[in-house]
Amino acid sequence: MTGTAELWIVIVALGLGSFALRFAFLGLVGDRTLPDWLLRHLRYTAVAILPALVAPLVIWPTATGGTPDPARLTAAVATFAVGYLTKNVFAAMGVGALVLVTLGWLL
Amino acid sequence: MAGDGVMSSYWRGVRDGLPFLFVVGPFGMLFGVLATEAGLSVYETLAFSVVVIAGAAQFTALQLLTENAPTLVVIASALAVNMRMAMYSAAITPHLGPLPIWKRGIAAYFLVDQTYAASVLEFEKHPDQTPAQKFAFFLGVMTPICPPWYVVTLLGAMLGTSIPPDLGLDFALPIAFLAMIGPLLRTPAHRIAALVSVVLALSFAWVPYNLGLIIAGLGGMIAGAQAEQRLGITP
Repeated sequence: MTGTAELWIVIVALGLGSFALRFAFLGLVGDRTLPDWLLRHLRYTAVAILPALVAPLVIWPTATGGTPDPARLTAAVATFAVGYLTKNVFAAMGVGALVLVTLGWLL
Repeated sequence: MAGDGVMSSYWRGVRDGLPFLFVVGPFGMLFGVLATEAGLSVYETLAFSVVVIAGAAQFTALQLLTENAPTLVVIASALAVNMRMAMYSAAITPHLGPLPIWKRGIAAYFLVDQTYAASVLEFEKHPDQTPAQKFAFFLGVMTPICPPWYVVTLLGAMLGTSIPPDLGLDFALPIAFLAMIGPLLRTPAHRIAALVSVVLALSFAWVPYNLGLIIAGLGGMIAGAQAEQRLGITP
């Protein structure tokens, strides 16, 4: 973990940056319409960033020092599968946690 | 009476926002626990949640901070995760745009996944409401979501050290995100965007300072936009 000064720089910068992102269109655009090409890219932000963030953590978990781990891999696949099939975030998290805890205990 | 309309909008918002307590509760608690395990004080952890008020971005920043990534990379990566907020902002502007600037400022601060989702659903169902009623509804949804986020973060931070490590808690973040990704994959364009981003993220994992995340994110967005246009998908 890094120093306190760095932590506060991160907190303040993230706070300002996040507010800027949230305020950008609501506050400054008002009634004007956004270019189609920009909206088209923004629509895929969540589905591009979240999987990119998760994939390396699933394949090379930090807790095992980067060695693929059967329990975590299985839990990840189960979580995604339940979420995709049921569209229920809750059920997916529950099943994922259950699989992880059960396998962690068995293996 | 206009006042009555605004009050009933507020309470309808509270009712629609209430179920999200069950998502915010464990998620915020987890942030509190992980933050204190990473060495943050209770006060710093609470400040993080109040100032940034964005679960996914907070987890990302925390993860990178514990990996000792450069400050700029921590900020850029977490903001990249939060880029969808700009999209929410754009999508909610037709509804809340006519409000005075200070109310739009308040709405912007509280614009998170859950408040956005619940509000847009309501505004599209009842488009004939006044901006004041829509704002009241938004504040209603926010009430059981945002203040509890601060409270559970604080709770997690205070309990943090008493929760034994090595419960596989490191994997709670991937599980939470994986659970959210499935329901987001509505169209072939969304699935293509996600697939391309995973392939890029794994291929560019060697790039220092987690810049692979930015490469994969941009690549996935371009892939999604291209797929939408070429396949003629209605978003």
